[in-house]
Amino acid sequence: MNLHEYQAKAVLRDFGMVTPRGVTINEPGQCVAAAAELGGDAWVIKAQVHAGGRGKAGGVKLCRSIDELAVTAQSLLSRRLVTYQNAPDGQPVSTLLIEETLPIARELYLSITVDRAAERIGIVASSAGGMEIEEAARTTPDKILRETVNPVSDLMDYQARKIAFGLALSGDQIGACVKLIKACYRLFVECDLSLLEINPLVVTGDGRIVPLDCKMAVDDNALYRQKALAELNDLSQLDSKEAEAHEHQVNYIALNGNIGCMVNGAGLAMATMDLIQISGGKPANFLDVGGGATADSVAEAFRIILADANVKAVLINIFGGIVRCDLIADGIIQAVQQVGVKVPVIVRLEGTNADLGRQRLAEFKDYSGLAITAANDLNEAARIAVQSAQGGAK
Amino acid sequence: MSILIDKNTRVICQGFTGKQGSFHSEQSIAYGTQMVGGVTPSKGGQQHLGLPVFNTVQDAVRATGADATMIYVPAVFAADGILEAADAGIRVIACITEGIPVRDMINVKAAIRANDCYLIGPNCPGLITPGECKIGIMPGFIHRPGKIGIVSLSGTLTYEAVWQTTQLGLGQSTCVGIGGDPIKGMDFIDCLAMFEADAQTEAIILVGEIGGAAEEVAAEFIAAHVKKPVAAYIAGLTAPQGKRMGHAGAIIAGGSGRAEDKIAALEKAGVVVAKSPAGMGQAVVKAMRR
Repeated sequence: MNLHEYQAKAVLRDFGMVTPRGVTINEPGQCVAAAAELGGDAWVIKAQVHAGGRGKAGGVKLCRSIDELAVTAQSLLSRRLVTYQNAPDGQPVSTLLIEETLPIARELYLSITVDRAAERIGIVASSAGGMEIEEAARTTPDKILRETVNPVSDLMDYQARKIAFGLALSGDQIGACVKLIKACYRLFVECDLSLLEINPLVVTGDGRIVPLDCKMAVDDNALYRQKALAELNDLSQLDSKEAEAHEHQVNYIALNGNIGCMVNGAGLAMATMDLIQISGGKPANFLDVGGGATADSVAEAFRIILADANVKAVLINIFGGIVRCDLIADGIIQAVQQVGVKVPVIVRLEGTNADLGRQRLAEFKDYSGLAITAANDLNEAARIAVQSAQGGAK
Repeated sequence: MSILIDKNTRVICQGFTGKQGSFHSEQSIAYGTQMVGGVTPSKGGQQHLGLPVFNTVQDAVRATGADATMIYVPAVFAADGILEAADAGIRVIACITEGIPVRDMINVKAAIRANDCYLIGPNCPGLITPGECKIGIMPGFIHRPGKIGIVSLSGTLTYEAVWQTTQLGLGQSTCVGIGGDPIKGMDFIDCLAMFEADAQTEAIILVGEIGGAAEEVAAEFIAAHVKKPVAAYIAGLTAPQGKRMGHAGAIIAGGSGRAEDKIAALEKAGVVVAKSPAGMGQAVVKAMRR
């Protein structure tokens, strides 16, 4: 679960860090009061969306007058922001963060994440802040500093010092940087984060070290014990169908093809998307109905898939393990009738009672006249689905 | 022979009297697994499915000589369950539970380093030696005793690999579903080393997916240490960047973890990589003919 920048900065402050002074607004009319509260003669206005690349997409602007601030706020609040990281139709902007400007001497990078190879929490820092860390890793790999934390000892001072000196800081800045890194680590652990990224972490003209931007993501599996953070979830940032799926605990991700997919198991769901592509088609989505695949969950999955107007055919791929395929077939038949599915449905059933399941689907097709096909194997299912989608509404 | 478990393995279930634990214990017993009991705190002394229930794993080990466990307790209690099993001296710990916070798994991995045990999972289907011992949620009937060792990140994709090798008459020595979480117990290379040393295993299928670098590490290991034929399939060629595809570990971040790179690394190590999930059985046949 991602947090907005303004939410993340509030968490930083909860852990004793100092962030640029800022005010959030939800309508352009609040600009005047915000500017008055912050003082000064220039402000940074930042669109709050769950995506990187906001600056390049025009979502972050420096304004030198209150008029400019109001015009920018009006423009940002009235459209969806499209960055290279989010969906083609972007994400809605309902909150803007207006901050004071700071004299910037240097831009650094700091992030904390789970280092899968080390099986530890890992800290990455670089003196090349302001650019994406992937780009920094490519262009200046020698500038990347890394530490992993042994959970038995937790983060030690020497590790934070190595980073501080590695960033070519000196004097009081060493102590300030060590304190900040340790606070970030404590925050990462106590809030069950999966990502904390401060980019840039700036050294100001007067020598202070301040997080200028901040991204935070909370481990979804830990939300049960992070109730306060869980309440910050902004579902408007999800694709509307993904949000609905989230509500029904169906695992759904929208893609831009025209063959809807309904699969049990995440790995098989990805594999089914691959197979559609190999067979010359394009998947409209990733969807894992989970192990159960009951009539109710299948019906819900149909509703989510068919809400996408691009879908010209639906491929259902179920490997019935513990669940019997004849029961899954009954569930599919019930759901097709209940939801009123109008596009061709291709079903591949394998596993327990697969023959019986295919027979049920064939009988239903004969009697209902609906375009529901029981395929004999995985390849055939993909081939028919691709043909059906290309044939359009036949 | 086989790896990790066989007909002599004595299995208990943690979360024995719960819905999941009861159902899958019944299935394991029906498959012929030597189930010897289960653990549910405060229900010690009772009988369940004709087997004794214990309050602690230690009680169960003392009374039954159990050396393997399958864990079905809720995610909130799973780290506790794994460490209890390790502390009681259980050798094979299969944690089926999904949804365990990453932080808990980091601590679990650091803590069990000192124990002489093999952790499989979490968030996995478990492991099976066909005809001898089934620990987990996989459907038993699709397996046949045979010569292919299977190690996989994904549950239902493991079943695909199993079913294809069964239909081709190859059968399986042991199948291990290691789970798709970012921090987990046994990894590809642990299983590859065991399959390489196992007399029954003649060839290996590795099923991976986008995210992390475990497949690349496996490719290096295969090139250096595995002489047996290896086939592979990597799911997620069409997955978009930055989206988590169901498994917590399955995410392409910043251009790393891509399926193309994993496939290239494996092919360079001499592995026959199936481009389609329907081609895993054929790929291992091809690898064995080389």
